[in-house]
Amino acid sequence: MEANEIISPENLVYKKPTLMNDVPMHYCPGCSHGVVHKLIAEVIEEMGMEEKTVGISPVGCGVFAYKYIDIDWQEAAHGRAPAVATGIKRLWPDRLVFTYQGDGDLACIGACETIHALNRGEHIVIIFINNAIYGMTGGQMAPTTLIGQKTSTCPYGREPALHGYPLKITEIAATLEGTCYVTRQSVESVAAIRKAKKALRKAFEASMAGKGSCLVEFVSTCSSGWKLPPKKANEWMAEHMFKFYPKGDLKDTTED
Amino acid sequence: MAEQEVTLMKGNEAIAHAAIRCGADGYFGYPITPQSEVIETLCALKPWETTGMVVVQAESEVASINMVYGAAGAGKRAMTSSSSPGVALMQEGIAYMAGAELPGVFVNVQRGGPGLGTIQPSQSDYFQATRGGGNGDYYVITLCPSSVQEMADFVDLAFELAFKYRNPAMILSDGIIGQMMEKIVLPPYKPRRTDEEVMEQCPWASFGKKRDRQPNIITSLELRPEAMEVRNIHLQEKYQQIRDNEVRYETQHCEDAEYLIVAFGSAARISEKAIEIAREEGIKVGLLRPITVWPFPTKEVIAYSKGKKGVLVAEINAGQMVEDVRLAINGEVPVEHFGRLGGIVPEPEEIVEALKTKLMK
Amino acid sequence: MSKIKGQILVNTNRCKGCALCVDACPKDVIALADKKVNVSGYPYIEAVNPGNCIGCASCAIVCPDGCITVYRKKMED
Repeated sequence: MEANEIISPENLVYKKPTLMNDVPMHYCPGCSHGVVHKLIAEVIEEMGMEEKTVGISPVGCGVFAYKYIDIDWQEAAHGRAPAVATGIKRLWPDRLVFTYQGDGDLACIGACETIHALNRGEHIVIIFINNAIYGMTGGQMAPTTLIGQKTSTCPYGREPALHGYPLKITEIAATLEGTCYVTRQSVESVAAIRKAKKALRKAFEASMAGKGSCLVEFVSTCSSGWKLPPKKANEWMAEHMFKFYPKGDLKDTTED
Repeated sequence: MAEQEVTLMKGNEAIAHAAIRCGADGYFGYPITPQSEVIETLCALKPWETTGMVVVQAESEVASINMVYGAAGAGKRAMTSSSSPGVALMQEGIAYMAGAELPGVFVNVQRGGPGLGTIQPSQSDYFQATRGGGNGDYYVITLCPSSVQEMADFVDLAFELAFKYRNPAMILSDGIIGQMMEKIVLPPYKPRRTDEEVMEQCPWASFGKKRDRQPNIITSLELRPEAMEVRNIHLQEKYQQIRDNEVRYETQHCEDAEYLIVAFGSAARISEKAIEIAREEGIKVGLLRPITVWPFPTKEVIAYSKGKKGVLVAEINAGQMVEDVRLAINGEVPVEHFGRLGGIVPEPEEIVEALKTKLMK
Repeated sequence: MSKIKGQILVNTNRCKGCALCVDACPKDVIALADKKVNVSGYPYIEAVNPGNCIGCASCAIVCPDGCITVYRKKMED
């Protein structure tokens, strides 16, 4: 059988979503950011919300998310994305409004904005890329860095006496009355990606239906920060991160 | 002619009423003395039930200014208010708004500082307001009311200027004007713009990209230095346009004056009385009141100080606007400063005394 | 008896050689091209055993850069 027989529009099974443009992404090889960007683009397209979505990008590796997905964006100051999203969603209530934030942005400098936007039940989706390290600035400790994990500012491993404990902000979010859907996912395998996409779609739909605020965490890798090639980074994540940050839905009141 | 709505109210309350009446879309703020009446009045008036204006008590001033950033970035009329230590927290957000060219309005009802300071009034945030406060080369259009009427009138004006130039605009008030009660004419109601009007008037804003255009990205980030230089040059050209077109000021008794007092805000009101007292004593003194302190009325300060025996800058701080006056006058005429600190409000007699001792030896 | 056959197209200029697709492929279709780099200096992947491909799209789904387009056809004998 000729290759041409197979390569034909009616046989198309998968391609990069149209909403994701052709600008080459600056993320490191194997970085989870790329996969999550794809899922966001796919879900917006499938919901038909291309013309009614506003994304808010963070400070961190994801700062340039606005270059890669063809919707309107706002770039927020470090940690302030949930406040920026509040301003937009309150005044354009029929828009899909989501933030895209890393662990420093969301759980450190922005912890207050994160908790309060979620607690107020703003109808936004907060997307949390948790790779337990500060990637963009060169691999420093994050609030979610694991005990014993080595980073440039805890080169001998994170110790509670010196550095305090990893912060489980998603667990905190699940206790807040304003949230309707809080979930933890990952994107290192086909099975995980399929679950993650369903979770993201659920969150986007819940926010449009006005059910409350949503937090979707993606436990992710950082090859550069962890100093591991992509496949090994996925393995390290599965072995260490999933234990401390267990996957699944922490709260789901979307059917109530 | 429509009957005017005349009422007696505090400066802070006037800001709230004026915000609703000028068609503001959102207020996002945090309580702080001496301006909590702004958000309290808004909450009591419930504009979300009448004009649809959104009122949110944010978790901090940091959150407040970033909510304004988001709303302004989506083309809506959004504002916040605070007092000196809270405005210090907002500097990041204001700089981001200037860098991203966003139209938002914020009110500073000044109190004594530095730091947590006091709840009593001062004018010690002049530098913070006119020297940019946050990081980078930028300015904020700064209006200084000296009456409750101006508190009411400047809200719409601030929005108009903010949207005209796509730049943050502030109303630099103080605890005296915020708390005092005066009879005012309330501004007439202006309807809020519809979503379609916003999309038409603010085609640069981020509110959902329709197929026929490129995405709008609201950002102050630009990593390529050549492009960033171009952006900054554009900002500076914009600021020059504002300097050329938006200076506002007022003069009193300058026609025959031998001495000039330059004062803004509540210090100008006190100076009016000081001038009355001085003239009774035969001292011919006039008042130049900058209404915009950025853009600063440099040409007017030069013109009205020409030929005078001396200029007294009366301001409730340790000497801030006096620097701009000295820069303008450039040594042609003696310039002295008078101010009280720590939240103490000067008496008119003190200003007259300062005029005599510092300039009339 | 019909067989499912697949075929992938790779945007080699977009590929960063992370090789997650190599790992995800159940049929050993893909490998990093030997001693070749693209315009960005990254080694890139190729379908070295295209005949094995069943069009499951695992490679494309895990690819962080959306480099792979997948086609699938039920072939009649």
